[in-house]
Amino acid sequence: MAKKRIVTTTINGDTHEFLCKPQQTLLEALRDVLGLTGTKEGCSNGNCGACTVQMNGRPVDSCLVLAVEAEGASLKTIEGVACGNHLDEVQSAFLEGAALQCGICTPGFIMQTESLLEENATPSEEEIRFYLAGNLCRCTGYDKIVKAVQCAAEQRQAANA
Amino acid sequence: MATAEKPKYKVIGTRPVRHDGVDKVTGRARYGADTELTGMLYGAMLRSPHAHANIKSIDTSKAEALPGVRAVMTSADLPEQGDRIVELGEGAVNMRHLRANVLATEKVLYKGHAIAAVAADTIHIAQEAVKLIDIEFEVLPPVLDVVKAMADDAPVLNDDIRTESLGSHPPSDDASKHTNVAKHFVFEKGDVAKGFAEADVVIEREFDTATVHQGYIEPHASTALWNSDGKVTVWTCTQGTFSVRHQTAELLNIPISDVKVVPTEIGGGFGGKISVYLPPVAAGLSRKAGRPVKIVMDRAAVFEATGPTPGSHMKVKIGATKDGKIVAGEAWIAFEAGAFTGSPIAPGCMCVFSCYDVPNARVDGFDVCVNKPRTNAYRAPGSTQVCFATETIVDEICREIGMEPAEFRLKNAAKEGVRRVDGPVYGRVGMEETVQAIKDSDHYKTSLTGKFQGRGIATGFWFNCGLKSAATATVNPDGTVSLLEGSTDIGGSRAGIAMQLAETLGITAEEVKPAVVDTDSIGYTDVTGGSRVTFATGIAAINAAKDIQRQMCARAAMIWDCDEADVRYEDGCIIGSGDHRFTFKELAAKINATGEPIAGRGTASEETQAGAFGTHCADVEVDPDTGKVQILRYTVAQDVGTAIHPSYVEGQLQGGAVQGIGWALNEEYWYDEAGSMRNASFLDYRIPTIYDVPMIETILVEVPDPGHPYGVRGVGEVPICPPPAAIANAIYDAIGVRMRELPMAPHKVCAEILKK
Repeated sequence: MAKKRIVTTTINGDTHEFLCKPQQTLLEALRDVLGLTGTKEGCSNGNCGACTVQMNGRPVDSCLVLAVEAEGASLKTIEGVACGNHLDEVQSAFLEGAALQCGICTPGFIMQTESLLEENATPSEEEIRFYLAGNLCRCTGYDKIVKAVQCAAEQRQAANA
Repeated sequence: MATAEKPKYKVIGTRPVRHDGVDKVTGRARYGADTELTGMLYGAMLRSPHAHANIKSIDTSKAEALPGVRAVMTSADLPEQGDRIVELGEGAVNMRHLRANVLATEKVLYKGHAIAAVAADTIHIAQEAVKLIDIEFEVLPPVLDVVKAMADDAPVLNDDIRTESLGSHPPSDDASKHTNVAKHFVFEKGDVAKGFAEADVVIEREFDTATVHQGYIEPHASTALWNSDGKVTVWTCTQGTFSVRHQTAELLNIPISDVKVVPTEIGGGFGGKISVYLPPVAAGLSRKAGRPVKIVMDRAAVFEATGPTPGSHMKVKIGATKDGKIVAGEAWIAFEAGAFTGSPIAPGCMCVFSCYDVPNARVDGFDVCVNKPRTNAYRAPGSTQVCFATETIVDEICREIGMEPAEFRLKNAAKEGVRRVDGPVYGRVGMEETVQAIKDSDHYKTSLTGKFQGRGIATGFWFNCGLKSAATATVNPDGTVSLLEGSTDIGGSRAGIAMQLAETLGITAEEVKPAVVDTDSIGYTDVTGGSRVTFATGIAAINAAKDIQRQMCARAAMIWDCDEADVRYEDGCIIGSGDHRFTFKELAAKINATGEPIAGRGTASEETQAGAFGTHCADVEVDPDTGKVQILRYTVAQDVGTAIHPSYVEGQLQGGAVQGIGWALNEEYWYDEAGSMRNASFLDYRIPTIYDVPMIETILVEVPDPGHPYGVRGVGEVPICPPPAAIANAIYDAIGVRMRELPMAPHKVCAEILKK
């Protein structure tokens, strides 16, 4: 077995140093090495989006990134979305809009939505659906997710106004 | 169809934030794969590369010798089961088959069939070790098609299966013959020949539907510890902790009380997380290694070795008079059971004519083994397939006799007093109301104008179960109530149960703290399935609340030194004579100072519910060049009894409809000739994405079920049934081709267009 490597990253604003094997994915390192189990595994091959995190500001499937690739990167995971105990607009909109049922896909959807709203503060329904098409949800039929994203966008606009 | 005036509720019908919601939007909720124990090992499974083969030998010595490997297990480590049949809550199970499905014995019966397992210090070592297990196979020809599997010369999967005749007199089959046909059901009503003789129009068609998967996003995951005292603890994502306990104890041949099952949060199930795959293996490995073992399936294993729901072949015939009255029906239905007997053929037979008052009918159903994973329940199991057949034929009849499809459905609707083909007589059900709701909807009244656009409607039915539940509720000094229940919560049921307790006690939903607890902490509770939890666990919670009411009244009587009979519980207050009055909160604060704690217990054992109906309306546009079907607009009208938490009721209707849309248009297991599934990933087994579907409009039709104190009716399952038929009818309306095969994927629609 190959030797472990040291990786230094910023995760949710804090500097972390961790050991990982060369074949370990970022998803595995987050969950199994760093204990950040909020990032979920649904398929391990980039098809479902449950493991979405932000890496250097871009949304990525953490199952498709090797942990060693995170060297020097800035990561944001679901654990870093709320400010202390204060949920952000996206989390609140999903919670209050019943945009989750089982909840396993929710962290991935929230991370992807964060990126969407950073790129496009006022997305149309079509733009929301296009941007989130890589995140699978089997419970909700997506209706309330779209509405939650619309609501979050409005709330954030209002907060920034 | 007039409904009585709605009772005034304070909590029921409101939309509080779910109690487990914050954990789920912050990543704090712990799911199956999130379990982490001190000294935990990681398990990996060896799975069959062949669809059908004899296992000649297994050599695990090289795997055992790999550094870091702590235990290796095969079926030899699971006790022999003989021919025991055990009632496991969701029906009688042949334990020999269940054991052979968990770890293959003499044969492998599908690609992905588990054969051996390894526990090691890391998942990577376990995966390496699995590759070092040597197995000698004798490869056998597979049979993958349900009709071919019924033929006399078909390869036979199980040497212990003989056709069991249920309802045919005399038994129609040879009891000595080796066969894949495990069961033959017959249901009859009236005089079928006489009925068809009265018909002015008779339509008979054949249908095929593909094998499809439940498609939950969370793979199966289980962690087990076989402790030094012989007690086994299992942490797992399951629809039924008590079912896992029972199955695991039976498979390991240990007392049921030696197994404790702790539920984690569950990332979807839809029926597919009832049967056990991993817990007995994780426990067996833990016994050998002396340490806890976690096993998590990968996505390919989920597709290849769990679920699915049966593919089918069906012949359905319906006769009607020219003024639109159904006079007779006949159905021949064959469902894939997968490797072992147990498809939902019985409910399929019971549902095929369940939406209508059919005076004369005969239904033959066959449960047929094929070299695919053992099928499992999937949302209204068996009903979606037969709904596709019946509801497209009904559409044909309507066009033949020139009757509006909603009118035809109203004229023949199942209603109170109508006897189903399989015997039971309907109680108060709301099929007519759902059809009427679609007729009255803005959607139905808005005409389609575009080219290649069409509209279809279809109605579906599901029974809804009752079964057993338990709840315990304790009053806290600050006036809140802690509620324990055994029903694992897949879609917000914790909130729905807590709201019924709150309504009964006259407190707010937020003042109830619900928790789903392990099998040692709550009374027996059947699985989260059959659309039963909000109904039956709701009744248990209501009974626990009533128990609290009684104890609160007794305590108040003691404090006021009056007769208990003079104290009543009303609207969240305990009221005696004169100005004697406590709010719930006031009395709760006095409990510990005045006597013993107050803890309510409630149970439920409900035979059945009245049944649920939904009518869907779909608008589609078909691309005549590619055959691609786009859903333009979609409306679900469903009789939901009383909607406890309307947001989560709507969510069930929307989610179920979209699963049905996936079944209709995209989803299928693709096998090559060797019986290998070629699309075992979410890329190639394509469930609907957010980009594929429009908003799903919902109409909550509330016809209270008289069997529940608040009129709850299960809502979870029926919304998956109508979409394939509604969409097929819409495709016909759009381009004039009749689709009789699922999925109605572009190439199949295109082929039908080219035949025109």
